[in-house]
Amino acid sequence: MAELAPAPVHVAPREPLAPEHEHDGFALVVRNLAAGYPGFPPAIEGINLRVPVGELVGLIGPNGAGKSTLFKAMLGLITPIEGEVLAFGRPVAKAREQIAYMPQVEEVDWDFPVSVLDVVLMGRYKKFRPFARWSAEDREAAMAALERVQLAPYARRQVGQLSGGQRRRVLMARAIARGAGLLLLDEPFAGLDAAVQHDLVEILDGLAREGKAILVATHDLSCVANSCDEAICLNRRIIAQGPSADVLTEEVLSQTFQRHLLAVPRHGVIQVINDEHGVMSDGDGGSAEGGR
Amino acid sequence: MDAALDWLIGPYEFTFMQRAIVVLAIISVVSGVVGTFVVHKGLAFSGDALAHSTLAGVAIAFVSGMSISLGALGAAVVTALGIAWTRDRARVSYDTAIGILFVAMFSLGVLVLSTRQSYTPDLFSFVFGDILGIARGDIVNAGVLGVLVLLFLAAFSRELLFVSYDAAMARTTGVPARFFEYAMLVVVAISVVVALKAIGIILVNAMLIIPPASASLLATSLRRIMLLSVAFALTSSVVGMHISFHAGVAASPAIVLTGCTIFLASLAVSRARRPLRMPSIAAATE
Repeated sequence: MAELAPAPVHVAPREPLAPEHEHDGFALVVRNLAAGYPGFPPAIEGINLRVPVGELVGLIGPNGAGKSTLFKAMLGLITPIEGEVLAFGRPVAKAREQIAYMPQVEEVDWDFPVSVLDVVLMGRYKKFRPFARWSAEDREAAMAALERVQLAPYARRQVGQLSGGQRRRVLMARAIARGAGLLLLDEPFAGLDAAVQHDLVEILDGLAREGKAILVATHDLSCVANSCDEAICLNRRIIAQGPSADVLTEEVLSQTFQRHLLAVPRHGVIQVINDEHGVMSDGDGGSAEGGR
Repeated sequence: MDAALDWLIGPYEFTFMQRAIVVLAIISVVSGVVGTFVVHKGLAFSGDALAHSTLAGVAIAFVSGMSISLGALGAAVVTALGIAWTRDRARVSYDTAIGILFVAMFSLGVLVLSTRQSYTPDLFSFVFGDILGIARGDIVNAGVLGVLVLLFLAAFSRELLFVSYDAAMARTTGVPARFFEYAMLVVVAISVVVALKAIGIILVNAMLIIPPASASLLATSLRRIMLLSVAFALTSSVVGMHISFHAGVAASPAIVLTGCTIFLASLAVSRARRPLRMPSIAAATE
């Protein structure tokens, strides 16, 4: 029978590196972070994670695992209870220009009358300066980002007129336009169909190959399994972090989601199966592997 | 022809009509621009609360012999900060908090006024509006406050757009989002005071809401909505003033009702045009 009790996980959460090696090749280093909301126990605790330069890293965990809290703490939107967050070796407050954030699509006011270009230009915001205007360079960067997500013809369109997939692409273009080395994306694929999601993943993959460090919070396990270089499993603490193929094991997924999930290769891609009754692993592991 | 010209230009032989139209022009520009934020950020109820809260300031200033405009400004700014603060951290819902602040300030105003026995026409001009009683000093006050508000909006247009659309990301890029959330309500409070003497406590919120709401039915970009709503506010003002002058009815309700007529016309035009103005449906079906 499949056991739900925590089994020892063979891909251990990463230990903090010795300080002298801390930033070798890492865009984001989170050390011993605990965060939450006043009056409640910490939503996340003992978080150690690293996002390497040039990699697409998927952050997965069930609802209530603390993904959003982790993002908010990493971005400095809430003050950590303890621990620290460093982007390119500096505290986030001093590295804002190197960080691009894509919020969940519902956190944005789509009824506010701004154009697609207005939104992407927001990504270029650098300094608080009265009477400042966007420079020609800012506009070029914004248009280039729109080209990249194939929304250039929509530059003058009002954001409220866009479809769900296009809205996601506008927010992604805004993150790209920032020209930052580290991109933090909160649920960029939620509610999208497979084709649109595939396009977005391709864009992210291209950015990673150019040397950007990208952390994507998502519910989509298959996407992490197939497209991300690394996976981080979160459920109030880090359950495991490492190359996706190593991390997405039955044990780790069960611990993370507190239910029985399987990552099964099928038709050349990995599919995650909700094996609620333990049927697949109940002495029948061979058929799962053979089912490709 | 002459009669029509006389109908149009005749009233402006009078100084009170000239002053009225100048102050209405200032009000139209300020409330057209600020009102666009009010309508699109769901601050209509806040605007109403701010307008009514000025009664406390007006009453206290009146009883203690201070400047009534200054009293109104003080009360509106205090209420704006109160609304922003409760939105930030109170444990009641936003509109409940506004509702409480609203009646608290209004009650304070009525309470203070109840200590006076005599009828006070000066005071009632603030409640119902007294556009024909606008003095030179009132124009200067409205002008100075109006310029301050517009300068603030021009100086921080990028930040205001950013915070309005996506406050969380604005914060991550170093925009002091909380400051702007407070500042926007103070801007609405000042805009209310700009129009207060002319339009009156009861109807002043209409100037902030009706023209931008009409404009939003016909235009989609922020800039066009603002321009169109200033144009609608000016049109309502001029037409309302003429109706008031020639028909001998009160001016501010005539202006507001003209605005409502423009709103209904805009609604008809936007419905006749196409279903393109229904972005949420377009988004859902794609």
